[in-house]
Amino acid sequence: MSEKVLMKGNEALAEAAIMAGCRHYFGYPITPQTEVAAYMAKRMPKIGGTFLQAESEIAAINMVIGAASSGVRAMTSSSSPGISLKSEGISYLAGCELPALIVNVQRGGPGLGGIQPSQSDYFQATKGGGHGDYHLIVLAPASVQEMFDMTFKGFNLADKYRVPAMILADGTMGQMMEPVSLDANAVETYDKSWATVGTGKHDGRNIINSLSLSPAQLEEWNISRYERYAEIEKDEVMYEEFMMDDAEICVVAFGIAARVSKNAVVAARKQGLKVGMIRPITLWPFPKDVINKAADKVKAFLSVELNMGQMADDVKLAENCKKPVYFYGRTGGVIMSPDEVLSALNKIEKGEAKQW
Amino acid sequence: MFDKRVVLFMGHYGSGKTFCAVNYALALAKNGKPVTIYDLDIVNPYFRTVDAEETLKKAGVELIVSPYAETNVDIPAMNAASYKMVDDRSRYAVLDIGGDDRGALALGRFYEDINKENDFDCLFVVNPFRPETRDIDGAISVKNEIETVSRVPFTGIVNNANLGKETNIKDILYGKGFCEKLGEKVGLKVKFSAVTRELCETAKEKIDKVLSVDPIKYGDWL
Repeated sequence: MSEKVLMKGNEALAEAAIMAGCRHYFGYPITPQTEVAAYMAKRMPKIGGTFLQAESEIAAINMVIGAASSGVRAMTSSSSPGISLKSEGISYLAGCELPALIVNVQRGGPGLGGIQPSQSDYFQATKGGGHGDYHLIVLAPASVQEMFDMTFKGFNLADKYRVPAMILADGTMGQMMEPVSLDANAVETYDKSWATVGTGKHDGRNIINSLSLSPAQLEEWNISRYERYAEIEKDEVMYEEFMMDDAEICVVAFGIAARVSKNAVVAARKQGLKVGMIRPITLWPFPKDVINKAADKVKAFLSVELNMGQMADDVKLAENCKKPVYFYGRTGGVIMSPDEVLSALNKIEKGEAKQW
Repeated sequence: MFDKRVVLFMGHYGSGKTFCAVNYALALAKNGKPVTIYDLDIVNPYFRTVDAEETLKKAGVELIVSPYAETNVDIPAMNAASYKMVDDRSRYAVLDIGGDDRGALALGRFYEDINKENDFDCLFVVNPFRPETRDIDGAISVKNEIETVSRVPFTGIVNNANLGKETNIKDILYGKGFCEKLGEKVGLKVKFSAVTRELCETAKEKIDKVLSVDPIKYGDWL
């Protein structure tokens, strides 16, 4: 018997969270993320964990704040409109310097939008969403196996830096089934002497708080947190390069768009077009350096996204206007085909494309 | 294989019910039977029978599905024409039912008529590579949960052992053994093993009841 099992992305992610030591899940159902909650509802009671369906997304994220304050691995999951509701709480997590995992299985927006897959929450995930000076660590899986592996990674990084981490998936990643190996990844443990577990268990009082009465102190907190952000940007960038050695056009795409684009890159190569791809796995920290270095070799970039053009801005900032950047995307829950990406590449080659 | 007018495909979430139902309907049509496939899935938002719409149409299989399937309307609706499955006894009816006990709820309106006519096969689709039906006990509890809600007793098992594109013949044989063991425990026979076209010849040497199946084409990114 093969050691792999066949799982939906949502299920693999939920199982990984349990294997990574998460025993506190707070959520609220929303398509296309609901299997995460359904899986947790089945599994958590069997292993002495807590599955709690809150009365709303806002309640759920505040429960995560409470659980994370006591130092346990806590998580919530939702899809686009639900993440908007959670955004205040996410900002509080960042302000309180709490590690936690937030999962966004994106659907089409804005507003109620639709239930089909999308990547249009890139801005929300990487540029804030909530208020204040903060970043989330944002991981973008592109397979069911990565849904599993990135969940461990998310919890580990969150604990390491005391920052909330987000898995930015999309409807297809959540819903599709692939064989996955359920080998536990490393579960890293970090000092949590800051946790509010009772004065009997630590020296003096531990306070988890994002409110400061003094502007100078609040500034100090922000500066110290940004020092950690700088470390994360230096040490935790993840990306995949595909056929970049001699590439003349560099596709930049993540998640489902990267899977479509990979097919387009192969098809373009068959036509004799020298195309490669950089797939950011961490969207924040964004792989700025690798894109900047690629700009010295390639003649153009094509950002492929399931949105109206969001990451394309970051590509442009990263390559620092060295080479033209183009964009191709579909939105509203429509997935592009490899042929569409290929024709966007051909337009660039022929000089018919409009720059981003 | 095609001895019953109504054939129901039920099973654990993600066990491959749509896949088996679509391919079974195509096989019926190939044998010259008038067949309608009813999508009664009230669970899944993506990956539905409508993905096979073209193929079914070409083969002459009628498809009755919620008009909202794979749109942005997120409601568990069924097509009103679904009543045809019990009203029109001149056609074969293949029923694709949503996963687990939640999906089986869709049968509430039809189970009485199906039982009364008593010309059905109710097939328990099993993929032992799904985590919750990895062992016999897990499979039995899923079976019991579904039957409690569906109120239609299972009459057979479908071996749908697969790991997607990574499936090999060993996996299918493992599934056959698993389903036979499960069958002994619950008093059911294995109706057939679902085997993709490329593995069919090899499988037929080792398994007597094989349904040759083709994957439903979802997208080039899968």
